Amino acid sequence: MLNCDIVVIGGGPAGLAAAIEAKKYGIDDILIIERDKELGGILQQCIHNGFGLHVFKEELTGPGYAEKFINELKGLNIEYKLDTMVLDITEDKLISAINTKDGFMEMKSGAVVLAMGCREKPRGALSIPGTRPAGVFTAGTAQRFINIEGYMVGKKVVILGSGDIGLIIARRLTLEGAEVKAVAELMPYPGGLTRNIVQCLDDFDIPLLLSHTVVDIKGRDRVEGVIIAKVDDNKKPIPGTEKFYECDTLLLSVGLIPENELSKSAGIEIDRGTNGPKINESMETNIEGIFACGNVVHVHDLVDFVTEESRRAGKNAAKFIKNQLSKNDHVINTEAKDGIRYIIPHEIREENLDKNLDLFMRVVDVYKDVKLVIKADGEIVREINRKHLVPGKMERVKISIKDIKNKNISNITVEVQGKGKQYEGI
Amino acid sequence: MYDITIIGAGVIGNFIARELSKYKLNLTIVEKDNDVSNGTTKANSAIIHGGYDAKPGTNMAEFNSKGNPMFDKVCEELDVPFKRIGSLVLAFDDKDMKSLEELYNRSIENNIPDVEIIDGDRVVDMEPNINGDVKGALYSPTAGIIGVYELAIALAENAIDNGVDLKLNTEVKDIEKTDEGYKIFTNDGEIKSKYIINCAGVYADKINNMVAEESFKILPRRGEYYVLDKSASYITNHVIFQCPNEFGKGVLIAPTVHGNIIVGPNSQELNDDERNQTQTSRDSLEYIKKTALKSIEKIPFNNTITNFSGIRAEPSTGDFIIEELEKAKGFINVAGIKSPGLSSAPAIAQHVVRLVQEISGGLEENLAFNPRRKMIIFSKLSKEEKAELIKKNPRYGRIICRCENITEGEIIDSIRRNAGATTVDGVKKRVRPGAGRCQGSFCGPRVMKILARELNKDMEEIVKDGNKSNILTGKTKS
Ligand SMILES: Cc1cc2nc3c(=O)[nH]c(=O)nc-3n(C[C@H](O)[C@H](O)[C@H](O)COP(=O)(O)OP(=O)(O)OC[C@H]3O[C@@H](n4cnc5c(N)ncnc54)[C@H](O)[C@@H]3O)c2cc1C
Ligand SMILES: Cc1cc2nc3c(=O)[nH]c(=O)nc-3n(C[C@H](O)[C@H](O)[C@H](O)COP(=O)(O)OP(=O)(O)OC[C@H]3O[C@@H](n4cnc5c(N)ncnc54)[C@H](O)[C@@H]3O)c2cc1C
Repeated sequence: MLNCDIVVIGGGPAGLAAAIEAKKYGIDDILIIERDKELGGILQQCIHNGFGLHVFKEELTGPGYAEKFINELKGLNIEYKLDTMVLDITEDKLISAINTKDGFMEMKSGAVVLAMGCREKPRGALSIPGTRPAGVFTAGTAQRFINIEGYMVGKKVVILGSGDIGLIIARRLTLEGAEVKAVAELMPYPGGLTRNIVQCLDDFDIPLLLSHTVVDIKGRDRVEGVIIAKVDDNKKPIPGTEKFYECDTLLLSVGLIPENELSKSAGIEIDRGTNGPKINESMETNIEGIFACGNVVHVHDLVDFVTEESRRAGKNAAKFIKNQLSKNDHVINTEAKDGIRYIIPHEIREENLDKNLDLFMRVVDVYKDVKLVIKADGEIVREINRKHLVPGKMERVKISIKDIKNKNISNITVEVQGKGKQYEGI
Repeated sequence: MYDITIIGAGVIGNFIARELSKYKLNLTIVEKDNDVSNGTTKANSAIIHGGYDAKPGTNMAEFNSKGNPMFDKVCEELDVPFKRIGSLVLAFDDKDMKSLEELYNRSIENNIPDVEIIDGDRVVDMEPNINGDVKGALYSPTAGIIGVYELAIALAENAIDNGVDLKLNTEVKDIEKTDEGYKIFTNDGEIKSKYIINCAGVYADKINNMVAEESFKILPRRGEYYVLDKSASYITNHVIFQCPNEFGKGVLIAPTVHGNIIVGPNSQELNDDERNQTQTSRDSLEYIKKTALKSIEKIPFNNTITNFSGIRAEPSTGDFIIEELEKAKGFINVAGIKSPGLSSAPAIAQHVVRLVQEISGGLEENLAFNPRRKMIIFSKLSKEEKAELIKKNPRYGRIICRCENITEGEIIDSIRRNAGATTVDGVKKRVRPGAGRCQGSFCGPRVMKILARELNKDMEEIVKDGNKSNILTGKTKS
């Protein structure tokens, strides 16, 4: 049995930042476990630009961004194991993992940081009818084939879902000589960031079909085409609007789910809004000493926020080891109200707040000219005017520490106000 | 010259092959697809029925009742997942209760043990998620669930271990009667054989018509399904059926041996030329959803991981056809093997052996017959066993499928075995990478690499399922 102060599960940007920060806060005995053959997580396949504008004030590629952290990690002599899969964690922070060299390992850790990232929703999650031929991929799998393995996944492509991965892969495929016939999106608004719509679709004249979905897949061995139809306000296909698109490939970019099988096995409480662990101000789960950060907590669109949040997790894991985290303190709960899907963190232990509080959230629909209203026990503490809110973009709201500390507040809510007609429900 | 040629490597053909390999015979199985268990056997409800349902006096009743008790032994010998979890047929009104009585009476005539009619309270006690309006149920404790393609594959492997010859990618095109027996024409040359056993599933009538006049038709009928994530497994521990009524047989909700839930099937008649049309359709899926919610009101369909469909080989005669043809001696039809064909398979196989014994005037036992076939399932091992195994073969220390925790060692094993996997779906059928909640988006590229390495092929040559189902279309520019 191995013993560690902190085990970090997952060597993506979340795990890297958490480990580095914990080390900087004086913990030496840290181990990162990563199942892939290299560190960096999903960033390694994101060879496009657009990472690090907040953290480094420069535009890096995914691997470029990861490299900065990997170099720092190596400089700090933080230990890591690659090609190693964590199979199980218990409530008592007993971790079992395997790899080809060390075999079956068990280790006991003082604190654990969960940084397993997320996975893509597959075709089955949508129950798309039709045949089940080759040529249906999730966008991330296609990205891996193209950017890491060096293979093309198709020549004529339809993409379902306008999440960022789908948009970025549309551009990549076009540059590789494939024809992207259309991107169909079920919702009346795009899922990804506006900059990606412009740079990946508009610039290449790829049509974006909002309020459309794939209703049938044709072809026995390989995809031969898909049928796309318009949907009504209830997201049901409208008969008579079906159109056949000849293609050999269908890519799905229909959502990401935090990867929490391990969290569940440890008995960690999962929030149904995020599909990730419930988290407090220190990025700690409901199990003392188990922290979580990055896409395993909630799906991020910007890696910079992952880094920020993970530094917080790493620092607090270190504090936990040093017995510097206050435990039995006054707790403030957060609650997502009208128009808000979720808020991170779920609860705040007041005594651990040493600076202004950042709340992260996503809205449920597209809104124009609205206000985000933050209330403490029903009293408005802050109102923020927003020209534009979209579900595809994570929002950050700062609350001044003096508005909440030592005021005996028990709950903070956030809601969207003044949304009038724009609100269509979800 | 073979003694016997079996046409079709589904569960029926493979079971018969394994049963016949207990005797000194020169046997071959010919299969048109690139893998065994690629027809109806790969897409059905995978239930070993209690046997109360079939009309007394039919072949279906006889072979189901005899077949059901035989599964414990064969699954133990072949390391195939099988669980006797029992089934409930739910009744929601007086008419349904009448149907239950009819089924109960059939169970007595068919000699099915331990069947009883229980009241609504007891049903809800057994399965708290069942619709509280339930009035009663027919409880059949001997019904079970099985890993159906694992069974068919294990049977093929074991048959090969015992000397049977398997010819894949070999489609029977025509058959000619000769003095010594038959000459079988395939896309890959001719096969001479004394006897033929026709186990061609939905194509069994076509094979029959190659040697004799048409005496029956196969009427293809599609059934579609939902597969739910393991997190939905709490909804039932039994197989839940509905009462047959004027709208059909209803749909079932059942656990699978791997801990998922399946919901389905509907029944849709297909045209004669649609026997391979295993697509799903929005209408059918909606129908299944709606119908199933009558049994359990809260089925988490949002946890669906995939849909599939299979084709029933409904015989125009209404019953299994298992006989030597009067007009073509030495040619045995095992046709129209619709549900409960899987449940009947072991008994059908023994019956066919008896037919062969009669026709040939006796068979000599194969004393070297080995009934066992072993499989390593990493996730089922104890800590110590895992540690030990990785020490012996480090490839068991690398997880390839993160949803089902399947190791590289298991995948390589599935490729190197007899009747080994050559396709991505073939690996999935045998050891399940890609069968979990992410449906292969993580392990797909990794499984392809292993296949390419093991089979000495290029990545671009690796197919999903059929020989033309290539996954990649070339290299990138850079
Ligand atoms: C395709 C794509 C495009 C993006 N584009 C941009 C962009 O342009 N700009 C931007 O700022 N952000 C972008 N993002 C967002 C950002 O990159 C991600 O949010 C960030 O990578 C998430 O980091 P993470 O560490 O939480 O997860 P990941 O990077 O997914 O890392 C998780 C790691 O955990 C490992 N792991 C999981 N389970 C186990 C286990 N049981 N045992 C061992 N290891 C395990 C995984 O192998 C993986 O390496 C993009 C994201 C994606 C997916
Ligand atoms: C929706 C559905 C649900 C069912 N549920 C159950 C259940 O719960 N319990 C139960 O007991 N039974 C069930 N059944 C029935 C059961 O699945 C079948 O009885 C069984 O799988 C039949 O196996 P088989 O070997 O006869 O057919 P198949 O598995 O179809 O095998 C026939 C093989 O013959 C090959 N073949 C055909 N033509 C040629 C040729 N010309 N040359 C070479 N090879 C050829 C095919 O490729 C195929 O591999 C269900 C069936 C369906 C469709």
